[in-house]
Amino acid sequence: MLALALLAPAVVILVTFIAYPFVMAIWFSLTSIRVGDPGHFVGLANFTKAWEDSIFQTAFKNTVFYTFWATVFKLTLGMWLALLLNRHFRFKRIVRASMLLPFIIPTVLSAFAWRWMFDPTFSVVNWLLYHTGFIANRLPFLSNGDWAMWCAILVNTWRGMPFFAITLLAGLQTINPDLHEAAALDGANAWNRFWHVTWPLLLPVTLVVVVFSVIQTFSDFQLIYVLTGGGPANSTHLVATYAYQLGVGTGLLGEGAAISLFMFPVLFAVVWIQLKYLKRIEAA
Amino acid sequence: MVIERRWKKWLYFYIPLALFILFTLFPFYWMAVTAFRPDGELYRTWRQANATPFWTLAPTTEHFHGLLESTAFLRWLGNTMFIALASTAISLLCGLFAGYALSRLRFRGSEFLGTAIFITYLVPQTLLFIPLADIVRDMHLGNTPWSLILTYPTFLIPFCTWLLMGYFKTIPKELEECARIDGATRFGAMFRIIFPVAVPGILSAGIFAFTLSWNEFIYALVFLSSVEEKTVPVGVVSELIRGDIFFWGQLMAGALLGSVPVALVYSFFVEYYVAGMTGSVKG
Repeated sequence: MLALALLAPAVVILVTFIAYPFVMAIWFSLTSIRVGDPGHFVGLANFTKAWEDSIFQTAFKNTVFYTFWATVFKLTLGMWLALLLNRHFRFKRIVRASMLLPFIIPTVLSAFAWRWMFDPTFSVVNWLLYHTGFIANRLPFLSNGDWAMWCAILVNTWRGMPFFAITLLAGLQTINPDLHEAAALDGANAWNRFWHVTWPLLLPVTLVVVVFSVIQTFSDFQLIYVLTGGGPANSTHLVATYAYQLGVGTGLLGEGAAISLFMFPVLFAVVWIQLKYLKRIEAA
Repeated sequence: MVIERRWKKWLYFYIPLALFILFTLFPFYWMAVTAFRPDGELYRTWRQANATPFWTLAPTTEHFHGLLESTAFLRWLGNTMFIALASTAISLLCGLFAGYALSRLRFRGSEFLGTAIFITYLVPQTLLFIPLADIVRDMHLGNTPWSLILTYPTFLIPFCTWLLMGYFKTIPKELEECARIDGATRFGAMFRIIFPVAVPGILSAGIFAFTLSWNEFIYALVFLSSVEEKTVPVGVVSELIRGDIFFWGQLMAGALLGSVPVALVYSFFVEYYVAGMTGSVKG
C-alpha cells in the first residue's frame, strides 16, 4: 500500500502526459483532424501520404544522415577530449568545467550565435578565411542545402561532444592505471594501449552514451529550427521539424502526428537494444 | 609513468587541447563581443577591412537597453525561472518517493514499473507535442506556465527517479532499521534518516533537472502564445526577429542574459552537475 501511495504522483503525471498523449497521437494519425475540425477516420492515409511525400523522404534521409554523422563525430571527438582531460595539467578543473558549457547553455540561444557566425554577409568565419587568403568567394554556409546540413552536424557535434567527453572521462577514471603500466612495460604503444586496454573497458559506458545521444539527435528539433528552419527549399528538414511545420504551422494535426510517429520504430529499436543490454549487465 | 619528450607533449597534448578549448568557447566569446559592439561595427561585410575584428574599442550597452525597453525580456526571464524551479521541485518530490519505493520496498510489479519509468525517460518531446498541445488546451492550461510546469516533469521524473534509486541503494539498510527499532515510523525514518543522507543525490538530480527545464524549447513554443507568458528561448526566437530582420545585437544580448542564470547555477554546483549527468547514463 505504502509503495502504491509513494509511486502514485509519478505514475499519474507520466500516464496523463506520456501514455495518454501517445494513444492520442496514434488516434490523431489515423484521422483527418486539423485545427478547428475534429475530422474523421482515414485509416493509414496519413502514413501513405507522408511516405510518398518528397519533402518527408528528404526529411527522413536527413534525420538518418544527421544522426549518423553527428554521433560518429561526437564519439570520436568526445573520446579524444576525454583522454586529454584524463591527464594532469594546471587549471584542469576550470578547463573541464568550461568544456561543458555548450551542453548547459540553452541550445536555442547558442544556435543563434552559430547562425550569426554563419551569416551570409557578416560571417566572421568568411571574414577570417578571406583575409587570411584561404578563400576568394564566401562559403555558402546556410544558403546551400548540403553545406547547411553539414553546418547543422557541426553545431550538433559542438553541443553534444562535452556530454560524451565528461561521461567517458568518468568511465576512464575508474580504469586502474596499473593496467596501462603493465601494457607499456610489455611494449604496447599509446594506440595499442588505447585499443586493447581502454576501449574494451570503456565499452559499456560508451554504448549507453551512444544510445542516449542517438535518441536525442534523431528526435532533434531546436537546432534545425533556429539554424535553417528546414530551408533552403526544405532541404534540411528533420522528421521533427517537418512534423512541426505540418502540425503546427499548417494546422494539419493528423498528418503532423503521423510524421512524428515515423520516429517511433527507430526509437523503439534503440530502446529495446538498450534494455536487452542492461539485462545482460545485471545478469553478469 | 610513461615518459614523453617535450615536443611530443606539445603535439599530442597542448595543441589539441587548445583547439578543443577554442572550438568550445569561441561561440560564447562571439556572442559576448556582438552583444557589446555598436551597430556601426556590427554590420561590416566579410570583405571589408576591419582593424579590430575580434574585439571592440567602443563597447556599448545600447543592445541591452534596447532589449529591456522594447521587449518583455525580464518577464520571460522570470517566467523561465518560475517554471524551471516549480517543475524541478515537483519532479524531485515525485522522484524521491518513487525512487524510495522502487529501491526499498519489495512489491509485485516493482521491476515492471522500474522498467516502464525508464522507458518514459527515453521518449523524446518531439514525439508527443501535437496531441499534448490538444490535451493541455482541454485542461484549460494552454498559454499558462502550468502547461509547462506539469509537462516538464514527464522528462524530469524518470531521470530523478533513476538517479535517486541508485543513490538509495548505496545507503545501508541497517541505518533505516536502527531508526525503526528506536521507534521511528517508516515515514519518519524516510524523512529523517534516508532523505538527509541522500542530499548530495538530491542536489545532483535537482541541478540537472533545472538546467533541462531551462533548456526545453518545443513544448514552450507550442503551448504558449501570448508575449507575456513566454520563456526566454521562445521569446528570443519569436520577438527578436521581426519579419526577416534579425536584430543581431539585441539577439546576442538576449542570448547572453538568458544564459547567465543557468551558467551561474552550474558554476556553483559543477561537481553535483557532473555527478548527475554521469549518474543519468549509469541507470
